[in-house]
Amino acid sequence: METKEKKPLEKVCIICAKGNLEDVYATLVMANGAVMEGIETNLFFTFFGLEGITKKSMNHLHTATTGNPAMKMPGGLPFPTMLGGLPGVESAVSSMMRKQMDELGMPPVDEFLEMITAGGGTIYACKLAVDMFKLTKEDLSDEVKDIITIGEFYELCDGDRTQIIFT
Amino acid sequence: MALKTIAGVEVKVTEDGYLEDMTQWNPEIAKEIAKELGIELTDKHFEVLNYLRDRTIAKEALTIRSVGKSGIVDIKQLYELFPKGPLKFSSKIAGIPKPTSCI
Repeated sequence: METKEKKPLEKVCIICAKGNLEDVYATLVMANGAVMEGIETNLFFTFFGLEGITKKSMNHLHTATTGNPAMKMPGGLPFPTMLGGLPGVESAVSSMMRKQMDELGMPPVDEFLEMITAGGGTIYACKLAVDMFKLTKEDLSDEVKDIITIGEFYELCDGDRTQIIFT
Repeated sequence: MALKTIAGVEVKVTEDGYLEDMTQWNPEIAKEIAKELGIELTDKHFEVLNYLRDRTIAKEALTIRSVGKSGIVDIKQLYELFPKGPLKFSSKIAGIPKPTSCI
């Protein structure tokens, strides 16, 4: 028998393992969007993704100006790889990009994390990566609930309408 | 588009139940839509709804971030007023179009 009953998503568990501006923002936009839809949301930051929840770095994330074929000059011409490698270029491009995002109403990372937890989303850091980068809970955003193992993360992913998303 | 009678008024609604014409809205309609969503409206709710309507008339794109900076509620309070749909449910109750923002 065919059934047309909808089975909406109930929970998403999103993993962020990269610390580029675009990777962290993809994670935050997806997480915030899920929270706004009333979907239970867990966020797990690991490896270089920790940059996105580390107080010192989270509002100064960079986008890669080398090895990024999608990078364009203002005006649309391809961005020369040689130029991207010059000192200060990545920093300048990244700050331009953050400015553009700000003009579109996208919040800085610290505020974005607050928006997610305000709606009931939960943010975790990966224990192995925290140990590896010699960080402590104090180095991380106050919005981070806990530092947990991957096993504990999987326990949070229970339920048959749960999806794990790796950004 | 469909016609629906809400609080004794026949209004045009979209497939998702948003009012087609925000001028057909009145507080009674708001209360009835809210009830369907399991929300009992308070004065605070109406403050938010009026803010959303004003901003929509001013043709501004709405985000939970902008509502959070409105001085009426912060984002946490917005979630408390409209659980599981801070922008979607509030827009629906305010009689304005479905939000198109991602933030």
